[in-house]
Parts: sequence; structure tokens; C-alpha cells
Amino acid sequence: MIPAKFDYVKPSSVEEAVQALQQGGDDAKIIAGGQSLLPVLRLRLAAPSLLVDLGGIAELRGIRDEGDRVVVGAMTTYYDIIRDEAVQQHVALLGQATETVADSQVRHRGTLGGSLAHADPAGDLGAVALALDAEMDIVGPSGRRTVPASEFFVDYFTTALGEGDILTAIRFPKYTGWGSHYEKFNRTAQAWSMVAIAAAVRVEGGTIAEARVGLTNMGATPIRARGVEEALVGQPATAEAVRAAAERVTEGTAAPSDADAAADYREHLAKVLTGRAVLAAAG
Amino acid sequence: MTTTAEPTTHGEIGRPRVRKEDERLITGRSRYTDSITPAGTLYISVVRSTFAHARINGIDTSAAKQAPGVVGVYTAADLGVESIGLPCAWPITPDQKAPQRPLLASSTVHFAGEGVAVVVARSAGEARDAADLVDVDYEPLEPVLDMEAALAEGATLVHPDLGTNASATWVFDSGEAGTGGSVADAIAAAESDPDSVVVRRRFRQQRLIPAFMEPRSVVVDPTGEQITFYSATQIPHILRTMTSVVLGVPESKLRVIAPDVGGGFGGKIGVIPEEMLCVVLAQKLGKPIKWTETRSESMLAAHHGRDQIQDITITAKKDGTITGLDVKLLADMGAYLGLVGPGVPILGAFMFNAIYKIPAYRFACTNVFTTKTLTDAYRGAGRPEATFAIERIMDELAVELGRDPLELREQNWIKHDEFPYTTVAGLTYDSGNYEQATQQAMELFDYAGLRREQEERRRSGDPVQLGIGISTFTEMCGLAPSRVLGSLSYGAGGWEAASIRMLATGKVEVITGASPHGQGHETAFSQIVADQLGVPFEDVEILHGDTQIAPKGLDTYGSRSLAVGGIAIVNAAQKVIAKAKKLAAHMLEADENDIEFSNGTFSVRGTDKGKSIQEIAFAAFMAHDLPEGMEPSLDADAVYDPENFSFPHGTHLAAIEVDTETGRVRLRKYVCVDDVGNVINPLIVEGQVHGGLAQGIAQALFEEANYDEQGTLVNATFVDYTLPSPADLPSFDTRVVSTPATSNPLGVKGVGEAGTIASTPAIVNGVIDAVRHLGVTDIEMPCTPQRVWRAIQEAKGRSTQETPVDTHSPGAGLGSIDPNNPQGEVQ
Amino acid sequence: MAQVRVTVDGVEYVDDVEPRMLLVYYLRERLGKTGTVIGCDTSNCGACTVHLNGQSVKSCSVLAVQADGAEITTIEGLARDGELHPVQKAFNECHALQCGYCTPGMIMQAVDLLADNPDPDEQAVREGLEGNLCRCTGYQNIVRAVQSAARAMKPGATAPVDTPTPVAGGQ
Repeated sequence: MIPAKFDYVKPSSVEEAVQALQQGGDDAKIIAGGQSLLPVLRLRLAAPSLLVDLGGIAELRGIRDEGDRVVVGAMTTYYDIIRDEAVQQHVALLGQATETVADSQVRHRGTLGGSLAHADPAGDLGAVALALDAEMDIVGPSGRRTVPASEFFVDYFTTALGEGDILTAIRFPKYTGWGSHYEKFNRTAQAWSMVAIAAAVRVEGGTIAEARVGLTNMGATPIRARGVEEALVGQPATAEAVRAAAERVTEGTAAPSDADAAADYREHLAKVLTGRAVLAAAG
Repeated sequence: MTTTAEPTTHGEIGRPRVRKEDERLITGRSRYTDSITPAGTLYISVVRSTFAHARINGIDTSAAKQAPGVVGVYTAADLGVESIGLPCAWPITPDQKAPQRPLLASSTVHFAGEGVAVVVARSAGEARDAADLVDVDYEPLEPVLDMEAALAEGATLVHPDLGTNASATWVFDSGEAGTGGSVADAIAAAESDPDSVVVRRRFRQQRLIPAFMEPRSVVVDPTGEQITFYSATQIPHILRTMTSVVLGVPESKLRVIAPDVGGGFGGKIGVIPEEMLCVVLAQKLGKPIKWTETRSESMLAAHHGRDQIQDITITAKKDGTITGLDVKLLADMGAYLGLVGPGVPILGAFMFNAIYKIPAYRFACTNVFTTKTLTDAYRGAGRPEATFAIERIMDELAVELGRDPLELREQNWIKHDEFPYTTVAGLTYDSGNYEQATQQAMELFDYAGLRREQEERRRSGDPVQLGIGISTFTEMCGLAPSRVLGSLSYGAGGWEAASIRMLATGKVEVITGASPHGQGHETAFSQIVADQLGVPFEDVEILHGDTQIAPKGLDTYGSRSLAVGGIAIVNAAQKVIAKAKKLAAHMLEADENDIEFSNGTFSVRGTDKGKSIQEIAFAAFMAHDLPEGMEPSLDADAVYDPENFSFPHGTHLAAIEVDTETGRVRLRKYVCVDDVGNVINPLIVEGQVHGGLAQGIAQALFEEANYDEQGTLVNATFVDYTLPSPADLPSFDTRVVSTPATSNPLGVKGVGEAGTIASTPAIVNGVIDAVRHLGVTDIEMPCTPQRVWRAIQEAKGRSTQETPVDTHSPGAGLGSIDPNNPQGEVQ
Repeated sequence: MAQVRVTVDGVEYVDDVEPRMLLVYYLRERLGKTGTVIGCDTSNCGACTVHLNGQSVKSCSVLAVQADGAEITTIEGLARDGELHPVQKAFNECHALQCGYCTPGMIMQAVDLLADNPDPDEQAVREGLEGNLCRCTGYQNIVRAVQSAARAMKPGATAPVDTPTPVAGGQ
């Protein structure tokens, strides 16, 4: 199917892009990798009047090691994230979750920034950003600001990005030496997550010293499973202890119901998968 | 391009020839309908109802007409087509209720996705833009979604003028037909006999979407003397005839072409509103008209498949001998009757008894209208449904009797020395060897070893349980003897046509009325002709899919191309040889009775004198010296009408792992041994089996067209309608054995539907087998993780109840087996 | 209208296109590259896969304008100097296609997969092709073809691509 008509600009700097968005007003929309947006446009579920393509802004691409942070440019593709050494070494969970996103072709085009800004609760990377306390660099009409992931996700497909705002980079604290695992449950390999668990743990002498757990598709936004994290700390990394902690995973969730999974089933899955994710992360 | 370096002139049948048709397809030289765009082409977009059931109070096309690039916007009234109805070729009963199926709905829409207006524009994008501007005033009516509710007193009627939502009820009773006893008697006897059991089950065949990869597309070019009509169809010949019937265009003024067609699986058997609209608009505007559907349009508006409720009763002696089988079906037709839709469940009527000796059988099917997309043929058409029901209930009967399910099947099946065997449904199976296929399958599968592993996992309470799924099957292929179709009131014959043209240069053109869409006809038919005529495989060209080139044919469905179309080719070849023999005798100055034909050479018996078929073809072309009265041509036509169906069969075994914590099903191992008769090309046979398995497995595990309470199809994209990807399926271990069909000279049976038919019950039986010890007795298809998990939860809850008899068969309520007491009393 | 300058299968093109024109329509309708086909609206089926600057993409999910300045290879540009690409050969020899509609995308994705992983095991092939749907083959022969092509493409490989050894025998 062919999208409805729109205008198109491809600015070469963030400032130009912000300007273009402001001029475009309400109906302007950013296109990053376009892997979520183009199907939506093709199905005519949205009809923006202007697309502002960030593909021409070189500074939005690439991954930098900034000492205690790994900074991922918003327009960095999944493909590049998966293969990045700094990601593999310090933010392994991001790479692991990114590998499960969609399929190879989509990962060649899709970007981390695009995915986070789209904020589909079934998207895989919001839970990772949340679990790992990432920070979002945003440039907008009123200048630059940084928003923690915990404040970034607001509602279904809604983030802290305002009109004219552009997500430029995602800053991840380093989790060097942590174990991590992204446990994804879906109907078919290319389907969106029915439920997925992002888990990272630091194990010291068989005991879980720190834990981070994020949940995909257990509510209107990605959710941080703080109850599970609390329950894990100080516990031995055994199946029994981890499963017991995983029981708290549904705290604060609002699991959706659809044809594939009613809320109670999602809640059950979240418990089972949290146990599996944490155990796999703990190695 | 081929792996075989040397052209071969004999021994072609049975060779794993790589396909002739591949080269164009792997290099992008394909020619699918959407790739055809005559100069001046205009594009249409159909405005579709968003309601399942609604009165149309008005259609405002004024804004759309003003949109850029628009040539016209039309309702049915604007086109004057309100009284035109699309054909249903299969009135299964004389009193079948058949509503008019319009090209565009005029006063009422009957399913979400039905067309109400059509836009013609200079580009596809502009057509779609304008379609969005057509404003339809709908007054919503109650949707009709549930078949049983639709048949209840006072139900909302889909078509009030018909007075009922029941289209027709078709009954076969072996007692009345004289092919067996009375099932009513058998059930009554079993119920009163302490040494017999009665097992009743309800199964659901969910609604499926054929999901051929190439969306449907139509191009109608009215310039020139004939209207040239391209369509991504399985049935160019039937389409031509039906277009004449529907629109009154003389058949001789229509040239229908099915170019490369990207899959069909029954989904492209149909005469569809968009095809007729393109013809009407092309005639009206004098310009080529093109329609290519989007995927979501295809999911909504192209016909669906399956969708039956099956109430099955089987009776048996406690020693395992089956005494009767009763089948009551409800089949959802959707909003209208498709081309052969009403007959699809009837094709299953002859197959519920399957490979078994069943003394009494009754089948009754009521076709029901609902406000959903219409249903029609989908790979297997009626036969997968039948096979599923019998193979599922054989497992249930085995549990009931405490028997090994394979052993119980063997006890009841037709033995290899009992062929030909006339079944309780009145068909005569010509050949088969169920023992052989089953034996091989069990060995390949390591049946005993897997049973041991299953036992071990059960004992240890492993969270991952193992199930063994079994299905045997047979099917009636090679549709069909015309007299049988006549007796079923089908609106056409079942013959197929072929022609062979011997060209002056020794090349051979073969024309077939079969119309491939991925099966490999060009390769397999070339092998047959190369063997028959003794010409090189490479010298044979197979022509098809264009009514001007292949004027006569009944197209491709029901595994008929080889078993019917292939025989027509053999017969045409025999005629060519007979003509050539006369000419050879003349050229060799010998008596025709002394001429032998072998490997492409006519020779005089007992001499070294001979002429090649190419030399004879050249001599016929030159025509300088022909026998008295012989016309200068070796060419021949043949039309073959089969005497009988063919009956492939096979045994399929699946090892299924069920993660009891999540409900996730993993297919670990799949073995099948199929008897498809003689094999022309083992590579193609294997490919057909693989693809069939994938589709059958997809029904068992992945696919279902879901409607919400408003009657909207909720999974109308590939995002939600979960087709399995390469990462969702394993490799299969497929083998063939062969007992040649005795009903045709090639001994072939047909392979197109085999994998689909047998795999669905094998998988579901395996899933249930994995968790039956937990108390699960049924899981509806598709066996999604959620459904499997819920079944386990419900069984757990149930096993704590004191009297679980009412609840142990989800969806059935008819009950027979107490999961806590499988050897116990039967209700 | 926006201008795009692209190199497709080795030929440079400059065209004015509507911004909404998807790359796949540009290839098919402007350039006549109808070998690349469209199977869905939602970037699930992969039939439209082409290479964009050396990486596989679904050309239904890229705007033609986004491809400005890019080098694109389609199924029609894969064979070089009349010689089929080893993946194309393997698809033929392993009977990895039936109706052929998914084939251009499957082949283009398989080529990309082998560029990233020259020696994939069965699971790696299956996962590498997870974005490509086929309704005919059940995928088994596609997997076989990709692995067979991998062997043929190994540096120093002289042996032809596997001749078919069907499991299904004549008897």
C-alpha cells in the first residue's frame, strides 16, 4: 500500500531539524530508520504532512565510550549496536536485546533512538534503557536537556519528547562485569514480544549483589521491576531464590490483554521468564 | 543451468531433475500480474466496508471525484451492475440457499472488507487517496458471528430474504446408500453393550487465511479484438467461462492469462468481484484497468479456509474394532457462497472413514451464513478437516481403550492385501500399503525410544514434557471423474486437456490445461513427455495458463494436475506416436505392424533400419511423401476424464516438546512416509511434502483468523496473522514409498495436499499426548502457548475436583473420558 | 517532488519522485526492476529485500528519497557477467523455490547472511532468514540451499554446488 502524501526534508544538522519540526507544526513527524513508521504510514494509520528525515545528520550516528558512560547516537542502527565492542563489554544487555528485535533487514535500518521515541510498549529496548538507568539527550526548541529513562516513558506511544524535540543520544552507565540476559517470548520469531524480561545482575561469590530488571509489554510503558530487584539482592544465585524473587514481578504492572495473551497469562509468563532471565544473567 | 550435463532421452521419470522454471524466477525475470502494465493503464482502488453488517444509507463520492488524478468513482448503481451476481458452481443440494454475491454491495454490506464503491485513477496512489475520500453512511446491523447462534430461532439473518442462515444440509448415510450399516443402530447397540464404547468429541477447525505470497492482481486490457485479461488465478479457463456467464462477454472475445502466479493453495480458486469490476471498467473506459490488492486487503477480502465445528461420535468394541462413525458438521460459509465453497466440506464427507474399515457411517453437514469473509478451498479442502477429526478421535478411542494408538489404527485399517477396497463412503481405493508406510515411519522415528523418553520425563516431572503425535491419512486426489462430480451436482466436469505439437525442427510443444502456480509442471510434464516420445528433456516446452495458447482446460486444484492433466499428456503422446508410426512405416517401406517404437526411434522389427521421431516430424512438416490419406501433422489432442480418484496415503509421526511452565510447543522431530504412487520427480515431490507440512503445522500451532465482537478481522496483517518463518520450523524427515495407482497409466496419485492433510492432527495429537497425563484431553487449534498453558491449568484445577466428568473435554460437553480414570465408564 | 540519485545494479539514475514513493515502487515502476516484488504492507514478508549500500533492507520500508546517494543491488543485478551468483545456483539445485514469489527476497537476504556469516549452521540460517516468509517450501530446501552456497563460496572451493540428493527416493 502507498502512504498518503507528505512533504519531506532531510536536514544536515540537529538545529536544522528542530527548525524544520517547528515549522512543520503538529503534523510534522520525525523519520529515523523508518522501520516502525513506514508500515504505519502504509496502512494509513497516520498521515503526517511533513517527514523530517534525521538520516542526513552524521553526528546522530555512532557509539562513543565516554569514561563511565557508553553513549549511543540516536540514529545508530541495531546492526551497529550489536557489533559494537563498547556495547558488548559494558552494556551487553543492550546488544542482547537488540539482537532479538525484528529481523536482519529491519536491524540494518532501525535505530535505537527511533525505537525509544516510538515507545511501543511491545518494543524491546525501552525495558533495557529503563533497567539500565539510561539517560536521554534531547535537543528541542528550548535547547538541550537530559531526561532519565525513568521519566522518559509516559504512556502508550508517548514519551517526554515534546513538539520539536529530537532524541539525539542515549547514555548508558557501564555495567562492566555484570551478567545479563534478555528473555523474549513471542508467537513467532519475527513477532513482537508478548512479554520479555531484560535482566542484568552482578554476582559476587555466588550472591546477587546488584540487579536490574526491566519488563517489556507488561503495561503502557516499559516497567522497571524494582520489587524483583530488591528481592534478588543478597540472595544466592540459585533457581529457588531467583524464582521466589521473580514472584514479585507483577508489582506495578498493568498487563494488557489480547488474543495471544490475556493479562493473567502475561503475569504468569512474566514470573517464569523473570526467573529464567535472571538465572541466565547470573550465568 | 541444470546439473545434468548430458541431454537424456529416456529414463526421465523418477529423476530428481532441477526445475526448468527456476532460472527466470531466481534472476528476477518473473512475470507476475502486477508486473504487467500496458500503456495507458488506469488503476482502481476499492472502497471497503469497515462494518461486518450494515445498511448503506448513502455513498457520497463527490469529494473523491474532485481528487487529483481521478478518472471516475463508481457505485454498483453507477456501473449498472446491481443485478449481477458472482457464480457459485456447486449447489450441493437442490434447495441450497444462495444469496446474490454482488460486485459491490448496494443496500447492505455483509462482511467487513466488502466493496461498496470503486475509484479509477491515473495511479494506484491517487486511487487510494480518493478512496479515502468516499463517504459512506452506514447504519450498523447486528453482526452474525457464531454458527450455532446463527441457526437458533430468532437469530439475526445475514440475508433476510433467504429466511434462514442455513444454506444447505448435505447428508450421506451408509445405511441408506447401501454401502454399510446404520450408524444410529451402531450407536444404540454400543450404548447398550457393556463390551462396547462410545466416544464423542467436538473439534473446531479454526478459520485460516491461505496467505499466498503474491497478492492477487488483475489487469484487463480492452484494446484489441479480444479483451486480454491477466489475473493471478489458479483457474484461467474457468475464469474465462464464468466471466462470460456473469458479464455476458462472449467467451470467444476473452483471452484470460494466468502469468507467473505466486502461490494459490486454493486461495486463488475463485471468480472475484475485483476481476469482474476490472472487466466492466475496462469496457466502460476503453483503457487497461489494473487492480493489485494490498496484503491487508487480501486478508480481509480474499476467501478464507476451514472454519468448521465437528461433532464426532465413534463406537467400538472393547477389543478395538470400530463399529460406527457419526459426523455432524457446521461449516461457516461466511457472507456468501464462493465458487466451490459449499462443496468444500462435502469433499471431506468421503474421507472421515479414512484408511479404516468402518461398517456404519453417517455424515451430515449444514453450511451456515455469517457476516464474515466467505470461505472456500484451502489446501486440502475438506480432506484435512476430515483427517483431523478421525485421527484425533482415534487417539481418544485409544486412550479410552487403553491401547497404543498406532496398534489400534493398525487393527482397523485396510490391509495391503485387501485392495481394491470399497469403503463405507462408497469410494474404491485402488492401492495402498499402510503397514509398509507405518513400519518405515516408526523405524525412522525411533518410536519405541521416544516412548521410553516420554515415560522417563513423565516420571521425573520434567517441566518439558514429550508427546508423540500420530496421524495416518489417505485422501481422494485427482479431481475428478466427471460422472462423480455430476452426481454431486458440481457445475463442471473433471477432465483435463493436453495437446502436443511436433515442430519441424524436432522440438516439442506441449499444451496443458492445468495452470501451475509453483508446482513445477514445466519440469515434471517435460519429464513425462521426454519419456513418452523419446526426445530430450530440454527439447520439450510446456505451455499453459493462456486461453489463447491452451484453449481447453480445467486448471489446477485438488492435486489434479499430474493425476489428470499428466494422463491427458500421456494420451496425446500416444496419439502422436500412433500417427508417427504410420509415417515411419511408409518411410521405412515396412508394414506398420512391424514397426517398433523405443527411445525416440521407430525401427523395423528385426532390422537395423529406423527413423527418429524428429526425422518423422520433419517429414510430416515437409509433407512431400505421406501415406495415402494421412494429413501432414503428427500433432495430437487428448482430453482425459479419470475413472476414479487416486488415493495417496501416509503415516506421519511428530515428537513434540511442551514447556509446561509457559505452554510453549516445540516441534522436535517430524517423520513422514508418504505413498504418492509412482514419482515423476522426487525433488518436486519432496518439496511439495515440505510445504504441505509447513502449512498443516501452521494450522496446528500458529494461524487463526480472529474476529472481534463487532465482526472485524483483528489480525489482518502479517504482524498479527502469524505465519511461521524459517526460524519457527524444523527440518523434516520425509520419505516416500510407492504402491502405484492402478487407475491411471502412470501409476501416479498426487502429492500437493498430502503434507497439509496429515500434519495438523499429528501435531495436535502430539501436543495433547505430552500433557494428557496432566489431565488435558483437548486443546483447540492453534495450540498457542496461552491455550496449552490454560489447558494445563484447567486440568490441574479439575483434577482436584471430586466429580470432573462434566468438564473434562473443553468445548465438547458430551464427554466420555475421565482423565482421572481413563479406563473407567463411558457416558 | 524530490530528486533522487541512485545507482541500481551498476547503473546510475537521477529521478524526481514524490516523497511518499517507496523504494520498491521506484525500482518496479520507474526503473522496471520488476524482479523485486511486494508481498505485504508491514515489512514482515521480506519479498522486497534488496541491498542498500551493501546491506539487506526491505525496500517497502525505505522511501526512495531516503535512498538518495545510495548504491542498490536487486535480484536482477546479482548475476555477474552472465554467471549466476552461487546462492542463485544453489536455490535451483536444491529446489529451494516453488512459486518463486519470495525467492528474490530470500536470495538477497541469503547473500547478506553469508556475507556476515560465511559458514552458518542450520539454526543460523533459519534465524538469518527470519524476516522472509515463504508459503510453498516449508523452508527446508531454502536452508539447504544457503548452506550449499556457503560451501561453494568458500575461498578455494572448486567443487560445484551440491547436486541434489533428495531424501525422497523413487521407491
